[in-house]
Amino acid sequence: MADDDIVLADLNDEDLVAQMHDDLYDGMAPEIIEGTDILLGRGWGPEKVLNEALVEGMRIVGIDFRDGILFVPEVLLAANAMKGGMEILRPLLVETGAEPVGKVVIGTVKGDIHDIGKNLVAMMLEGAGFEVIDLGINTDAAQFLAALDEHKPDILGMSALLTTTMPYMKVVIDTLKELGRRSEQIVLVGGAPLNEEFGSAIGADAYCRDAAVAAETAKSLVQARRAQIRADALAV
Amino acid sequence: MFADAGLADAIDVHYLQANLHYRPERIMGELAPVVEAAIDSGREVFVAYADCGTGGHLDAFLAEHPGVGRLPGAHCYEFFAGAEEFAEMHDDQPGTFYLTDFLAKHFDSLVWVNLGLDRHPQLRDVYFGNYTRLVYLAQTDDPAITRRAMDAAEQLGLAFEIRHTGRRGLAAPMERWADAITPVSIKTGTR
Repeated sequence: MADDDIVLADLNDEDLVAQMHDDLYDGMAPEIIEGTDILLGRGWGPEKVLNEALVEGMRIVGIDFRDGILFVPEVLLAANAMKGGMEILRPLLVETGAEPVGKVVIGTVKGDIHDIGKNLVAMMLEGAGFEVIDLGINTDAAQFLAALDEHKPDILGMSALLTTTMPYMKVVIDTLKELGRRSEQIVLVGGAPLNEEFGSAIGADAYCRDAAVAAETAKSLVQARRAQIRADALAV
Repeated sequence: MFADAGLADAIDVHYLQANLHYRPERIMGELAPVVEAAIDSGREVFVAYADCGTGGHLDAFLAEHPGVGRLPGAHCYEFFAGAEEFAEMHDDQPGTFYLTDFLAKHFDSLVWVNLGLDRHPQLRDVYFGNYTRLVYLAQTDDPAITRRAMDAAEQLGLAFEIRHTGRRGLAAPMERWADAITPVSIKTGTR
C-alpha cells in the first residue's frame, strides 16, 4: 500500500507505531504530529508515546546514520519530525509531574557557531527524560559558569565543530578545576573533530560520538553518580 | 604548478576524492595506504592536506613516517589566507562560510547537493542560519568563478566578500619540498 493511501487513524496501535517509525525515518513531520495526537487520543500516556513512537524511531535513524545508510540531510528531517511530536508531548509530560532523569546545560563553545549536532543531542537528551538548558552557540566560560550557578545541572555538555575551537573546551574544564568546581557536574563533550583521546586529554568524563550515544552516556553516568552519592552518604 | 616548474615528469600527483571534505573521518583510510605504498616503493612523499578535519590523526600518522610533510595549518582556508589573516576573519565573524576556487566551481555538487539542499531547500537555515557571510578566498582572478561564488552567497542567504589570496599558501610548501627532493639533473632554470 502506498504511503499516501494509509489512514493513520485506521491502524491499530502496533501498526501505527510501526508506521510512525517509518514516517520519522522519512522525515514526515505532519504524519508524526497526527500519529502523536491519535495515540494520545487512544489513552496513551505522553511518556509511552515519546519512548515507543518517537525515541525508538530516532534510534533506528541513528543506527542507519552510523552505518552510512542515512546521511545528514535525512537525519535533520527526521529530527524535525520528532520535534513536531515532542512539541505536543512536552507540556503533557510536565503535567504528569514526572521527575526529570537529570538536568543538562549544553552549549557550543566560544568562537563556534555550529549547532546541528548540539541540537540533535539536546533533542535526544530531552527524549531520554532530561531537562535541557541550551545556551546556544559561541558560549564562553563565563556564560557556562553562570548557567551552572543558576541551574546546578547534573551534566555540562560542550560541542564544537572546528579543530580551532575545540581546545576551548579545556579552557572551560580548567576554569572549573581552578575554582574547585569540577566535581560538581559530569562533563560530556562532542563534535565532529573530537575523539576519545581528546575527551580524555582535556579532562572530560566522556566523549560522545553521536546524539544517541550522548543520551545513553548521560543516563548511565547520572545513575552511577547518584548511586555513588547515596553510597557516600550511607558511609558517613 | 609542477609543470610550470618543469617537474611534471618527476612528480606523480595522486588525487583523493574531493567529497572527503565532508567525510574527514575517512581521509586517513584513503590516504594512509597510498602514502605507505609510495614509501614502500622508495618514493619521496608530500601530503597536500592540512589537518582537514582529521583531528590530529594525519599528524600522528606522519609522525610515524618522518620525511613526509604536509601543508601547514588546520585547513585550506587557513593555508590560502595565511594563519594570521584567517584568525582575524574568524574572530571578526565566526559565522563565516568560506569558498576557495575549487569549492566555488563545484559549489552545486560539493555543497548544495551534498547537504541535500537540492531536495530539501527548507534545510538551508538549519545549516546556515547562524552564518553571517560567505568569504570567497580567490586563488585566481576569474570572473566566472567569482560570479559562481556570488551566486552561492545568494543561494545561502549570506553577505558576499572576496579576498584575493593567490596560490602561494599552497604552492610555497610544495615547491620547497619539490626543490629539496629533486636531483640537480632534473631541475630547470625556469623557477
